[in-house]
Amino acid sequence: MNRDMVGFAYPPSEPYLVTEKSIQDFARALGDDNPAFFDVAVARELGHETICAPPTYPILVTMEAMKDAFADPALNMDFTRVVHGDQRFAYQRPIRVGDELVVVTHVDEIRSLGNNDAATFRTEVTSNGEPVCTGWSKLIVRGEA
Amino acid sequence: MTAKIKSADVFVGYELTTLELSFTRSDLVDYANASGDQNPIHQDEEFAKSVGLPDVISHGMLTMGRAIKLVTDWVGDPASVIDYGVRMTRPVVVPNTPSGAIVAFTAKVVELNDDGVARIELSAICDGITVLGQAKATVQLAQ
Repeated sequence: MNRDMVGFAYPPSEPYLVTEKSIQDFARALGDDNPAFFDVAVARELGHETICAPPTYPILVTMEAMKDAFADPALNMDFTRVVHGDQRFAYQRPIRVGDELVVVTHVDEIRSLGNNDAATFRTEVTSNGEPVCTGWSKLIVRGEA
Repeated sequence: MTAKIKSADVFVGYELTTLELSFTRSDLVDYANASGDQNPIHQDEEFAKSVGLPDVISHGMLTMGRAIKLVTDWVGDPASVIDYGVRMTRPVVVPNTPSGAIVAFTAKVVELNDDGVARIELSAICDGITVLGQAKATVQLAQ
């Protein structure tokens, strides 16, 4: 991978509208039946205006945004050899129905890990300019055997 | 946000109830469709074996997403989680059987601050193998 790309930020992703359906489809696929995802009355009892997303929901937008980096010839990353190593999210506020999520992907670090390269991408997620979540994804690119 | 658990009700070393979940092939198809991650290593046994895997494996993000259910079910409000991170140390290998793979999740409070912020360490074990490492969640408890 091209280490000169460390510090580079990709242009913002197209806005992604958070709907009740997308939150509920994601929760169902996790097997998570928490009523906070399915009943707006429960969400309101918990102090929210509307239904909020499960903690790993932002991967829907951050992984999609990172695909721009994966496909960038300047970064020179062989996506067919990639394994997801670490994932972290820090939430500035809950993601909720009605948000329009935009992601800016930053190349934070590229380093060698034995025969492999490890790249850490930071994904800053905002909704109408307001910070909602920061993600960090460390991807391991397995070297040729 | 309103957690149902008060910081006064917990302590450092407090262990949450264990959660055991089965991961089946059909769960992987559902997660692939919901997440858009259609990598064949999560669905196609022949393909998975052709790239040196023992069998079809779970999406790491599915394992991560399910582990935190232990914390969000406990705390009541999923939005009480303010930070969550894991290392995907080993894959969950999912055989083509009705019960699939069984993953046991545990969690305990390792730090509790005066402002009601608790740090929780999670573990995820499948067939005696740790599948998530350095799994940590930070939760805002009720005061």
